[in-house]
Amino acid sequence: MTLTIPSFTLSSIGPWLTLTGTAILILLVDALSPKGRKAYFPQLSLLGLGIALLQTFRLWNHTGTDFARMVYVDNFAFFFYAVFILGTALTVLISRHYLEDYGKNLGEYYALLLFATLGMMLLAAGAHLIMIFLGLEVMSIAVYVLAGLFREDAKSNEAALKYLVLGAFSSAFLLFGIAMLYGATGGSLYLDDMAARLAQAGALTQPLTLLALALFIVGFGFKVASVPFHMWTPDVYEGAPTSITAFMAVGVKAAAFAAFARVLFLAFPALKVDWVMILWVLAVATMTLGNVVAIAQTNIKRMLAYSSIAHAGYLLVALVAANQLGAVSLLYYLLAYTLMNLGAFGVVILVGRKKDSYLSIYDYSGLGFQHPALAAAMALFMFALAGIPPTAGFVGKFYIFSAAVQAGYIWLAIIGVMNSLVSVFYYLRITVLMYMKPPEAELGPVAFTPALTTVLLVTAVGVLLIGIFPGFLYNLAVNSVKIFPSL
Amino acid sequence: MMMDYVWLIPLFPLVGFLINGFCGQRLPKTIVGIIGSGVIGLSFLVTVKIFLEFLSLPAGTKAVEKVVFTWITSGTFQAQAAFLIDPLSLVMLGVVTGVSFLIHIYSVGYMHDEPGFYRYFSYLNLFVFAMLLLVSANNFLLMFVGWEGVGLCSYLLIGFWYEKKSASDAAKKAFVVNRIGDFGFLLGIFLIFWTFGTVNLREVFALAAKYPVGSGVITAITLLLFVGAIGKSAQIPLYTWLPDAMEGPTPVSALIHAATMVTAGVYMVARCSALYSLAPLSLTVVAAVGALTAIFAATIGMCQFDIKRVLAYSTVSQLGYMFLACGVGAYISGIFHLMTHAFFKALLFLGSGSVIHGLHGEQDMRKMGHLKKYMPITYWTFLLATLAIAGIFPFAGFFSKDEILFHSLVDGKFIYWLIATTAAFITAFYMFRAVFMTFLGESRVDPQVHPHESPPVMTVPLMILAVLSVVGGLVGFPIIEGAHVFREFLSPAITPVAHAGGHQAVSFEVFMMIFSMAVAAIGIYTAYKFYILKPDLPTAIANRFPVIYDYIYNKYFVDELYDATIVEPIKAGSDFLWHGVDDKVVDGAVNGSAGVITWLSAHLRKLETGFVQNYALAILVGVVLITGYLIGR
Repeated sequence: MTLTIPSFTLSSIGPWLTLTGTAILILLVDALSPKGRKAYFPQLSLLGLGIALLQTFRLWNHTGTDFARMVYVDNFAFFFYAVFILGTALTVLISRHYLEDYGKNLGEYYALLLFATLGMMLLAAGAHLIMIFLGLEVMSIAVYVLAGLFREDAKSNEAALKYLVLGAFSSAFLLFGIAMLYGATGGSLYLDDMAARLAQAGALTQPLTLLALALFIVGFGFKVASVPFHMWTPDVYEGAPTSITAFMAVGVKAAAFAAFARVLFLAFPALKVDWVMILWVLAVATMTLGNVVAIAQTNIKRMLAYSSIAHAGYLLVALVAANQLGAVSLLYYLLAYTLMNLGAFGVVILVGRKKDSYLSIYDYSGLGFQHPALAAAMALFMFALAGIPPTAGFVGKFYIFSAAVQAGYIWLAIIGVMNSLVSVFYYLRITVLMYMKPPEAELGPVAFTPALTTVLLVTAVGVLLIGIFPGFLYNLAVNSVKIFPSL
Repeated sequence: MMMDYVWLIPLFPLVGFLINGFCGQRLPKTIVGIIGSGVIGLSFLVTVKIFLEFLSLPAGTKAVEKVVFTWITSGTFQAQAAFLIDPLSLVMLGVVTGVSFLIHIYSVGYMHDEPGFYRYFSYLNLFVFAMLLLVSANNFLLMFVGWEGVGLCSYLLIGFWYEKKSASDAAKKAFVVNRIGDFGFLLGIFLIFWTFGTVNLREVFALAAKYPVGSGVITAITLLLFVGAIGKSAQIPLYTWLPDAMEGPTPVSALIHAATMVTAGVYMVARCSALYSLAPLSLTVVAAVGALTAIFAATIGMCQFDIKRVLAYSTVSQLGYMFLACGVGAYISGIFHLMTHAFFKALLFLGSGSVIHGLHGEQDMRKMGHLKKYMPITYWTFLLATLAIAGIFPFAGFFSKDEILFHSLVDGKFIYWLIATTAAFITAFYMFRAVFMTFLGESRVDPQVHPHESPPVMTVPLMILAVLSVVGGLVGFPIIEGAHVFREFLSPAITPVAHAGGHQAVSFEVFMMIFSMAVAAIGIYTAYKFYILKPDLPTAIANRFPVIYDYIYNKYFVDELYDATIVEPIKAGSDFLWHGVDDKVVDGAVNGSAGVITWLSAHLRKLETGFVQNYALAILVGVVLITGYLIGR
């Protein structure tokens, strides 16, 4: 037997290598520096992320696969790399001050963030189902740990445990689905071959294939927090450290959607009628449940958790459309959501102050009079999440719903718009509290650190900029989804 | 090539707006003034450079489009942030940046003691930004952004002294009346996109050429667009906001409500000549509205005593001339008059501002007189501008106005010409009335007030504008073949009407000129007789015909008419909608559905038990349902 080592170019996974290297470096520095010494973990992380972003730019417009067809080297992946890097960088920026309050500004926190980001990249670029599964686990395990970072805090513990148990449960379904597919295709896990192999010999109608599809929907549905696989979300989002909640809401969701879209569009184009039908139902249920239950929430993190479920529903609409505009809107919306959601969480951290003391939505009463800039930023993010122009949230929803209309799902679009209407209630309630109610208590000074100010500025400007001038991003997204021949 | 950087032209004012808007409060006034004026100066320089480059382009180049970026894409709809450089936009860019620059400099002096100095300049810069977008956009949507932008700035600047009730009322009136026009304009854009599938100007015009003359859809589009022009350019029946807009600072009146923004409608009609030339009906409407407005506003102007109101009605009337020109197919004459009018009317307003400044805020001409002695520069420049607007050879207004009169007879109808000529007579009369009452005759100035000439920062712009008002018309020298440089330059950008009037004998043309000069001269003499020779005569006449005088003095009671027939019924209607429909039906439905959702919300949240087992069960249920559906279907 001869072993041939396939040829490969390291630069096509450059961002992975950089993030891995940075994470290991952080761990080493942490281990080698004397206790109590101030270490520059956030700065190091940002440096690594910056380099990874540069590498991503350098890779832009490369096409094809590498590492023996295990890894996609294409713009779809690179677009997501950029979204992940942006999301992680903003998370790093909102973390530092927050963690210092808890005395948890630890090296492993940042290392785990970077490892999770690496997992997301694997998910977005995986060309082989094993790669996708690996990515999912690399990402998830890091996030399980991060969710339980506050070991002394019961809620944080509960969050981590619930997420771990249910996460393992759903991963098992996904893995089982992969196994089914291996059988159905007659022994291949390459996404590129999948459609052709399934088309042969009537494999499409075999229960094996259908079961695989069902299990994929369950596995990814769990990670994106779609109904009925969403139930962990409010508990975990509430219990996890706020910075990690933000990270999960944007990064994990985006990564799961990237892989979900790839699998559906590349492996199952022939079963489109079926998965569209299922996702239609899931989208409606997810949007409606998320928005309706969000109304009853008084804890801001829980409210944002349900808001995040609702947004998963909107994003599922983009998948249901299953046309080019749908895919484009998915990409656009995920970036827009990263900006507006992280911005909102940045405000939550600032208002929550010492150890999350102020997490009730009523703590926002009168914020507009005491901290006008902070309240203005929060109002902007709420408007964006509700989808009101001229913010990115509006354009994103506009793209998603027009994609649905274009694909002929008029009712889905109508339900989506009605849902947006419902969501306006709880988003604007925050605005109303901030500007039209007297302060409940003296909020006192808010610690505007340079890092948090940067986050608010970047996200606020970004939300407006890509909301008023969506053209550039739209073109990037169109460029990125060209890899799907079935759209 | 500077042309590739055409986006710099609107960018400079935008930067000025941002700097003055955000940091102006902390900057010294000198810096604010330098930034505010400097950015416009830079835009002007870029415009000049691009103009020269355009001239050196190979012959036959009609227009250049420069795309900066794609702004919106959705399905087949696409709008770019892109600029159209052609003779028409270059003329407009030149006029807007040039005149704005002078008015900005003048403002430094005029607004000097104003606490909101930085706010004033930031608004003014924002206005110029929007106006430049409007005239250089390559598509209707971007044009609409500018169109709305100038409306917003106009609102902000009319209400600049918002603590004064009349000012904030005037601002609201201007805004609301403009909304009516904007609504028509927007509908026009929708119809354009619906018909042609694009909003790009040149694409629309190219596609429209395939339609027959008089086609219904083109007529509808042009009429809707014209509704926008009626609002923005203060034509009958939507002109009522412009006289009230005089509540704003005088340089604002000069810039926005005389030289630039109000001419946007004329620009838009000329820009869409390719559409209007296909719609004879719309052209008739344009011409009729223009002619009526020209004479209607002129008669009101005769009886006003507030110097700025005289000029305001004069502006409305002159805009009517421009539309009359467009309506008879003489688009170039309309734009020509737009340009010369920008020079002399800006000068008139700035001159009146100088008078008001010198009299510490007095605007009533009955309390002026003999100011020539105290403010000679203002007097002489004002006189030159008045000669220009009256249409005396060889001042700028002569050439452009004479051309409009000529075309209204040759390409239009006799009645247009008759109205326009009568209006020209009245114009000469009331403008010289203003000169006589303000600068000559007996001084009626309050003895407490000591008139003084304005500082050079204000008089130098006056002098430059005076030069332009004198020589600005020479680019359109008639009769001699090829001497009408302006026409030669603009004609590639204009689509003429199919059956324009034929060539006329030179002698006829000369006769017409002499005739219109004579009309103006009689108007001036009448004013001289009324206000210098026999100052009692106007009162005597007013007493002789009290009803007519009362009507004209009170502006034909149009504001009152609108109040009674439109505003009040709308108020009553909204009151009913509010208490009857909104409170009961709409609120009932909204609160009812909100109640349902709240109830749902309260119950659905109970599903969230906190037990992992239940969560896992939910997942399992999901698995079973999905699998069951797929396999059992």
